[in-house]
Amino acid sequence: MKYIDEFRDGDVARRIADRLATEARGDRAYSFMEFCGGHTHAISRYGVSELLPANVRMIHGPGCPVCVLPIGRVDMAIRLALEHDVIVCTYGDTMRVPASDQLSLTKAKARGGDIRMVYSAADALTVARDNPERQVVFFAIGFETTTPPTALAILRAQREGLKNFSVLCCHVLTPSAITHILESPEVRQYGTVPIDGFIGPAHVSIVIGAAPYEHFAEEYRKPVVIAGFEPLDVMQAILMLVRQVNEGRAHVENEFTRAVDRDGNLAAQQKVSEVFELRPSFEWRGLGEVPYSALKIRPAFAEFDAERRFDVGYTPVADNKACECGAILRGVKKPTDCKIFGTVCTPENPIGSCMVSSEGACAAHYAYGRFKDIPVVTA
Amino acid sequence: MNARDDSKGGTVRAGYVRPLDIRNGRIDMGHGAGGRAASQLIEEIFLAAFDNPFLRQGNDGASLAIPQGSRLVMATDAHVISPLFFPGGDIGALSVHGTVNDVAMMGATPLWLSASFILEEGFPLADLKRIVQSMAAAAREAGVAVVTGDTKVVEQGKGDGVFISTTGVGVVPHGIDVSGANARPGDVILLSGTVGDHGVAVLSQRESLEFETTIVSDTAALNGLVADMLAACPALRTLRDPTRGGVATTLNEIARQSGVGMLLDEAAIPVKPEVDAACELLGLDPLYVANEGKLLAIVPADQADSVLAAMRAHPRGADAARIGVVTEDPHHFVQMNTRFGGRRVVDWLSGEQLPRIC
Repeated sequence: MKYIDEFRDGDVARRIADRLATEARGDRAYSFMEFCGGHTHAISRYGVSELLPANVRMIHGPGCPVCVLPIGRVDMAIRLALEHDVIVCTYGDTMRVPASDQLSLTKAKARGGDIRMVYSAADALTVARDNPERQVVFFAIGFETTTPPTALAILRAQREGLKNFSVLCCHVLTPSAITHILESPEVRQYGTVPIDGFIGPAHVSIVIGAAPYEHFAEEYRKPVVIAGFEPLDVMQAILMLVRQVNEGRAHVENEFTRAVDRDGNLAAQQKVSEVFELRPSFEWRGLGEVPYSALKIRPAFAEFDAERRFDVGYTPVADNKACECGAILRGVKKPTDCKIFGTVCTPENPIGSCMVSSEGACAAHYAYGRFKDIPVVTA
Repeated sequence: MNARDDSKGGTVRAGYVRPLDIRNGRIDMGHGAGGRAASQLIEEIFLAAFDNPFLRQGNDGASLAIPQGSRLVMATDAHVISPLFFPGGDIGALSVHGTVNDVAMMGATPLWLSASFILEEGFPLADLKRIVQSMAAAAREAGVAVVTGDTKVVEQGKGDGVFISTTGVGVVPHGIDVSGANARPGDVILLSGTVGDHGVAVLSQRESLEFETTIVSDTAALNGLVADMLAACPALRTLRDPTRGGVATTLNEIARQSGVGMLLDEAAIPVKPEVDAACELLGLDPLYVANEGKLLAIVPADQADSVLAAMRAHPRGADAARIGVVTEDPHHFVQMNTRFGGRRVVDWLSGEQLPRIC
C-alpha cells in the first residue's frame, strides 16, 4: 500500500533500532509515555518494543477514549435506551464498555434497548432523520479528534430544525489529562512513575496543533515529540526523545510534519468552540475528577443536549475493586500487575475498560504481547 | 391481478395449474402451510433447480447407498448473510460452498447435501429463484446432489428474507485421517491464497458503509483442491477453511485442539492490495476477516513442497503460500514475526469484527 508501507518498513526500523542502541546511554534508564491509544496499539501490533534497547521503556498513557469513559456515563446511555425508549447511537468500541449491574450497551441491546453502532456522528443524524417519531441520542465520546464531527452534527441538526436529535456529550481534552498526570503525586512528589518525556498525539494534534503542548514541555521540563500512528513514526519519535533527554532539552518537536503544524485545524477549532464550552470538572475512569478536562454543549444549543432534554443525572460509580485500570491509566502499574488480568478480565469478559478497546493497555498486551510474560519454546 | 390468464377465452387444459408468478410474486404464509401452495413452490422452484433421482422419488428423506468400508463425514452450517447478494456470490452459492468445504476439510469427498430454508413472508419469489438456481449451480460444480430439504415461512419482520441451513455428507477414502487435533511441532502451515476477500466484499455492500471496490468474494467449493492435496500427501494432518474469525482464529482453534503453538511469518501471508487498503481504512486486520474459498493445511515438513506444488497447480490454490510452522508451546500461542521486525501474539478474534457475513 503506497503511503502506508513506507512507514512500516522493517529495514528502516532496524536502522533506527541500531541508532537507538548506540545513542541510548547505558548508564541510565529512559521512560516515555505514549499518551495515545493509537500509539499503544501500533507499539503492540508491530512489536515495536521488541526493537527497543532494554533500558528504554514505554508507559501506556490514558489516551484511549473508551478506557477513560467512567461507568456512570455508560449507565446514562443505557438508561436512555432502556428507560426513555430512545435510539442510542454510538461508536463500535463503546458498545462493550462494562457498566453497572453487569451491563454494557451490547447487553442492554440484548435486553431490548434500541442501540445502534454508527461509524460517524453524521450517521447518527441520518438515523434521526429516518426515525422522526423517535428520539435519537448520539452518545459522543472521544478526544479532540472526534469532537469536530459532533459539533458539525449539532450545527446541521439545528440548521435542519431536527427536533428528535440530541447528543450525550462525553468529549474530553488531551492537554488537561497530560497536565493531570504530570501533577499526580506519583510523578511529581514520589517519582514512582518516572516520565522522561511524551510521545504526543497524532490525530488529536492535527486538530489542536503543536502549540498546546509547549506549556507543559516548558513548565514541567518534559520533552514532547508529536508522532504519527505508524510504527516507524513511533520509532523515530522515541529516538528524538532519547536525543532531547541526552542533550538536556525539553522542547515540543514534531515528527508528524506530514499532518501536524503549530496551529492545527483552525476551522475545526472554530466549530468546536461555537458549539461547546469547558466543563468545570469531569470524571475520568482511572484519573478521577479532572478540572476543565471535558466539554459540554453551550446553552445556545441546549435543545441538542441529551443531559438537558432527558432526566438522566450523572451518578459516579466506583470501578470493580480488583480492577487496576486506574493505576494502569496513570502509568503506575502495568497490565500484568493486575491480579485479574487475563483470568477474570479478558477481552471477552472485560471487567475494566482497558481490556475493551484494542487501544487499551490491557487489551493490547493481552492480544499482542502476552507471550512475553511466559517463556515460549519455538521450533 | 392476473385475471387475464384465467379468461383467455375457450377452455382451460385439464390438470392445468397456473404457475407461480415469479416476476411479481412474493412468499406468503400459505407457502409454508404444507398444502398445495407449498407443494407448488417446492416443485417449481426447488425441484426444478435441484432435480435428481433422490428428489424425484418424492419421499420425506433420501435413501443413500454407502460405499463399502468407508467412513462417513457429516457437517452442517447455517447461513444468515446480509446482504443476500454480494460481489462474487450470494447466500445460495455460499450455503453450498460452506458445507461442502466443511465436509472436505475432514478429508472427505462430499456427496450429498440437505437444504432447509426459512423464508420471510413477503420475500420476492424472483430473489428466491435466483438464490436456488445459484445453489444448484454451485452443487453441480462441486459434484454434490441436494437430496432432501425443507421450507418454512415466518411472519414478516421475524426473519431477514431468507436463512439457509445445509447439511453435507461425504465419504473418507481409506487411509486418510485429517483432523484439527493432528498438528505436530515441526509441521508446516500452508495457506491456499489471499486472505480477507470475502469479508471485505460483503462489507463493501453494507448500507451504512458502501464503498466502491473491485474486490469480489472468494466463495468457492474446495473439494477439488483437497482431493489433489490428499493425492500428493495422504499423510496430510489438518485441513480447515478460515471462515468467520479468519486465519487468526482458525489457527488458534487448531493450536488448542492439537496442543501446540504456531509461529507465522507476516510477510509470507498473501493479501490483495485492495483488501489491505480497505482493511486499513476500516481499522480491520485481514487476518481476522472471513474467507469462503480458502483453506489452511498443516503438513509434515518433508512433504510441504509437494503439497504446495499440488495446491499451486489447482486454480483454487494458485496463490498458495507457506506461512509458518507449528511449534511446541504449552500455552498454545499463535505468534507472528511481523514485517516490521517485531514479534506478537495473533490472538483469537474477540467480539465480532463484522456482523453477519456468512
